[in-house]
This record gives sequence, C-alpha cells and structure tokens, in this order.
Amino acid sequence: MIRVQVEDFDVGRELEKLSDGNLDVGGVSCFVGLVRDMAGDKTVKTMTLEHYPAMTEKALAEIEAEALGRWPLADTLIIHRYGQLAPGDRIVMAAAASAHREAAIEAAHFLIDWLKTKAPFWKLEETPDGGQWVDARSTDDSAAERWIKD
Amino acid sequence: MKLLYFAWVKEKAGVSHEDVIPPGGVATVADLIQWQIGRGDGYAEAFADEAMIRVAVNQEYVGFDHPVAIGDEIAFFPPVTGG
Repeated sequence: MIRVQVEDFDVGRELEKLSDGNLDVGGVSCFVGLVRDMAGDKTVKTMTLEHYPAMTEKALAEIEAEALGRWPLADTLIIHRYGQLAPGDRIVMAAAASAHREAAIEAAHFLIDWLKTKAPFWKLEETPDGGQWVDARSTDDSAAERWIKD
Repeated sequence: MKLLYFAWVKEKAGVSHEDVIPPGGVATVADLIQWQIGRGDGYAEAFADEAMIRVAVNQEYVGFDHPVAIGDEIAFFPPVTGG
C-alpha cells in the first residue's frame, strides 16, 4: 500500500495492520526516516518537502510492484509525508511483511533505497542562513545501485 | 504542452506551471531546454547546469533525447531527495 500525506502516522499501528489476520507472516521489517536537526554545521529549524503528486503515486507504486516481484512478500507499505516538518518528525516509513525474515528485511531495505533516488520529492531546509535545497547524494545513488539486477 | 517546475528549478524559472506552444523544430527534451534558455533570464538560470536537471514526460523519467509533443506533461526538476 502507498500513502502520501501531510499527517503523521503511528508506526506501531501501521506495522500491526500490515500483518493483521495473515498468519502466514513470520516477520515484518521496517525503516522509519526522521528529520535531523543539523545540516552539515547548520541548525535546521524546519524541513519542507515538496513533491510532484501525479508522479509520486506512480513512482511509489512502481517501486512497490518491483519489490513484490522480487521477494515472496505478504504485503508492503510505503508512507511518505510532505509539507512542513520539524526536527524529530517522521518523514517516511517503508515496511515489508513476509513468511521469512530475509525477504522482509531485504525488501524493506530495497524500498527505502529505491524510493530515495526515484520518488519525486525535494527537501528544503530552513536554517539560520535561509532556505537551502538539499542536494542529492552520490551515496544514495550507490545504495540504490546495489539493487540493480545484472 | 504543459510544463511543470519543482524545487530550485521552479524558484529560478519563477513559475510552477504553464501551458506553452513551442515553435516548430522543438522535437526533443533537449530542444525544449534550449528553447527555454532563450525565453528569459530566470529560465536561463534554471537550465544553466543541464547536468543538474531531471526530466519527466507524462510522469515517467526520460533522457534528453526523448521526444516531446503537444499534449505532453513535461516536468523539470533537480535530482530527487526524498526518503
């Protein structure tokens, strides 16, 4: 399931729902991304996430479909927030449920790595020096590349 | 065609979305960017570093050699930073 929303989410409840009623599920793996209070040596007051709504849904659905095709999963969940957030706020949650732990752990890792380089979101950090757009990191590209199939 | 701009590309171009009819001869994304650069200072600044520009045609990532046509929705933005 994909959700793109302004509102916060309850990680515990979301994880419960992911395996609720499915007794085949032997493990659920989850990554939660949070807003940090520092960008390099600058204090972050707020972080505003902008996105391209029509494309975001499509890109996240493709990422989810790819995970479901690669691993034997009972279910997956991606929740991504947009709008203005503060340090400590949850930004994103990526989770996968499977009969076995390897598939769940790998799929959750894959979801967040691919999402970072493929989902059309942009972060604007408000610091004492003004607003600055977060640059894409080459380490995110290499993290995503590890999942590229030969 | 409908053009969309996001993040600092939007700020530099000074517009978030617009409907345009480019001149004949604009057949690819690369052609469209060249035409945009000639439209004014904001656009020239937005597209000054082409290596930092990502493009989606009808919500799918494409390369600069991808064709563009009337009726397309074309978005210009920096590398994404979600997650």
